[in-house]
Amino acid sequence: MSGDPCGRCEELLQDFLDRTLSDSEWREAEVHLEGCDYCRRRYRFEASLRRYVRTSSLERMPPGLMEKLAELRGLDATA
Amino acid sequence: MSEASPETDARRIATEARDRARFEEEALALADQVYRVARRLVGSREEAEDLVQETYARAFRSWRSFTPGTNLRAWMLRILTNLNVDRGRKIQRTPQTQTLEETDYYLANKVAAASGEDALESDDVVERLSQDSIVNALSEIQPQFRDVVVLVDIGDFSYADAAQILDVPIGTVMSRLHRGRRALKQHLAEGALS
Repeated sequence: MSGDPCGRCEELLQDFLDRTLSDSEWREAEVHLEGCDYCRRRYRFEASLRRYVRTSSLERMPPGLMEKLAELRGLDATA
Repeated sequence: MSEASPETDARRIATEARDRARFEEEALALADQVYRVARRLVGSREEAEDLVQETYARAFRSWRSFTPGTNLRAWMLRILTNLNVDRGRKIQRTPQTQTLEETDYYLANKVAAASGEDALESDDVVERLSQDSIVNALSEIQPQFRDVVVLVDIGDFSYADAAQILDVPIGTVMSRLHRGRRALKQHLAEGALS
């Protein structure tokens, strides 16, 4: 990586976690992460944050909502 | 042209009733996932419930416009996000404009500054953010960015599905997603860690 290697690694962070990097960019990030604690910690933090955001929203439907939705079956297109 | 015989007519009605019932069952099986997305798009549980009911009412009314074999979850979510946009227009929320931190390490840097570099390697730090702080942070993001974050990072939709649901190009989904995630981290830093 030329220029600021950590800056470049930061640019690749989101796509790295989304697995949308090209093969060469992926290698570029991996090589840098192997030698850079600063970026490696930040990547790890970002990955746990993503997991947290996902699991923070595992809320189930309120009781009774399913019945209300089921009652909507058969609604007329003109209703 | 010959008239349809009563038998053909009866068969047509029976087939349609069967297709419709199948559609309704498949749509109802997705209710948990639809609710989950709705819950993160709007402020309260009550609003989410209303939005989901409106979504199902519209879906059941227009079931004929769904093409069997295509992605029903994306189709339902498209109805939901459109209804939510209409709803947003009605309450005329003015989206706050805000300067965004131009860095993806923003929240991590804040955490490291407050608790040390090693804190980034501990799951406790992330877990210390409460569910409420995520909900609050999401509610503060401008709607067009929030919708993408909710669909991709919470609803697990692909970029392509999110693009189809929101009726925008994939490139727009990607840029909004990056921006939305940064905004989320910024609000988390301001709310939960300040």
